[in-house]
Amino acid sequence: MLKTETFTLNMGPQHPSTHGVLQVVLELDGETVVQAIPNMGYLHRGIEKLAESRTYAQFIPYTDRLDYVSSMGNNLGYCQTVEKIMGIKVPERAEYLRIIMTELNRIASHLIFMGSLAIDLGASTGMMFGFRSRERILDLFDMACGARQTYTYIRFGGVSADIPAEFIPALERFLTDFPAMLDEYHRLLTGNEILYHRLKNTGVISAQRAVEIGLTGPALRASGVDYDIRKVEPYGIYDRFDFSVPLGQVGDCWDRYTIRMEEMKQSADIVTQALNEMPEGTVMASVPKVVKPPAGEVYHSIENPRGELGYYIVSNGGTNPYRLHVRRPSFINLQVLNEACQGLLIGDVVAILATLDSLMGEVDC
Amino acid sequence: MSNRDINNLLTELKARYLEDIKIIGEEAQAALLVEPHCLPDILGFLKTNELYQFNMLRNLTAVDYLEYIEVVYHLYSLPFRQAITVKTRCGMEDLQVPSATTIWPSANFQEREVYDLLGVRFTGHPDLRRILLRDEFDGHPLRKTYHTDNAGEKEVKSLC
Repeated sequence: MLKTETFTLNMGPQHPSTHGVLQVVLELDGETVVQAIPNMGYLHRGIEKLAESRTYAQFIPYTDRLDYVSSMGNNLGYCQTVEKIMGIKVPERAEYLRIIMTELNRIASHLIFMGSLAIDLGASTGMMFGFRSRERILDLFDMACGARQTYTYIRFGGVSADIPAEFIPALERFLTDFPAMLDEYHRLLTGNEILYHRLKNTGVISAQRAVEIGLTGPALRASGVDYDIRKVEPYGIYDRFDFSVPLGQVGDCWDRYTIRMEEMKQSADIVTQALNEMPEGTVMASVPKVVKPPAGEVYHSIENPRGELGYYIVSNGGTNPYRLHVRRPSFINLQVLNEACQGLLIGDVVAILATLDSLMGEVDC
Repeated sequence: MSNRDINNLLTELKARYLEDIKIIGEEAQAALLVEPHCLPDILGFLKTNELYQFNMLRNLTAVDYLEYIEVVYHLYSLPFRQAITVKTRCGMEDLQVPSATTIWPSANFQEREVYDLLGVRFTGHPDLRRILLRDEFDGHPLRKTYHTDNAGEKEVKSLC
């Protein structure tokens, strides 16, 4: 009689497929996963504690460093929360610029998702292509605010500066080229049989379970739950745009991949619409020099590329937040990892991690 | 769900739990303050009741108010697109709140985070240990009495 036992394998924190410093403690029976316990905190900076000793405006740059591949969304969520508690009205042009920037950022973020998924599954060309196209978007952000990653572009009452003259032609060129780029990726990846078989029916999460475990964003919609905050609780001026929310049926890795590919197309559509309708005018409301929201509290959330990004701010009327909590979608989405991986192979853990698309800057806060 | 429905829900809960519940916000800002001992009951009711179905725990966090710590639950009803806030308070001498993990498994990591950073113990949690800080960390940094300057690293002895 052969005696067998499970063994423990540490994947990460220094592992190329964990997308940052995430450790997954795998309990394996041969090559089959029995448990996959995520272990985080390697990037914890105590941002929520730091917020309590910073003024409201000083906290904006910290939001850039949460989900550092979709910083525009982080800026937007935070600024809208403070605007909500203070009752600030944002000028029209700034609202449109915010939409253009956050939707471009969604495309950039999903391109990183696509690239890292490809390289995690062994297709390094896919990563090069993803990063190549993202570069075009980063150049646009560079024009608008001088930064490629940590923008702090969206401020209380509007945006930091109007776009320069060369921005719109460059954006139009990008929007013209983008459908062809997307087509190329579909031919390269979506039509790839190996990718299909690695992703199809891997890590299936049912709709009911997805809601219970707190998934949001593309990971939730892949399971067929229609929850996109841009639609259910439109913030800013999202109610003016015509776009659809792609939904999956099975909730497997393949759905999570195809949904993000489709979302990029929808985002490009929104940017085109916003560009056509954007009025002239100021980009900044008159906001007091010292921001002192009235005592009270507010929870506000937006649809970030990774899910529901929420800010909960408690103000006591002072210049610093009394308490600031960030609801990070990556952090809560990671809870599903263990049950999604059980019974699968190590190679599938990589695929599931990549399609959940958690980002450690946000998980650890 | 209309604002009238949500106000009906609030009055219904108030009639059932009397002194254990306080309405602190209405309509779009519907909010309840409940006693910790009836928290699982009320959360379970809000989740399973056919008329309301608050089936999503969006956010769970806590705030230190020096005399007490307030645990905040932001719930959302996917079918009716309605939000509600539930709060509960526990005194500094007895920082215990029943865990919501049996109602929403999504509370798991969030309760661990609150335990880690504020020191609230969630009774009935399946795996209550630190999540962001290292296990041997001393104290709970998001408490108002915790000052960052006393968190100094222990002196590192040179190896050479």
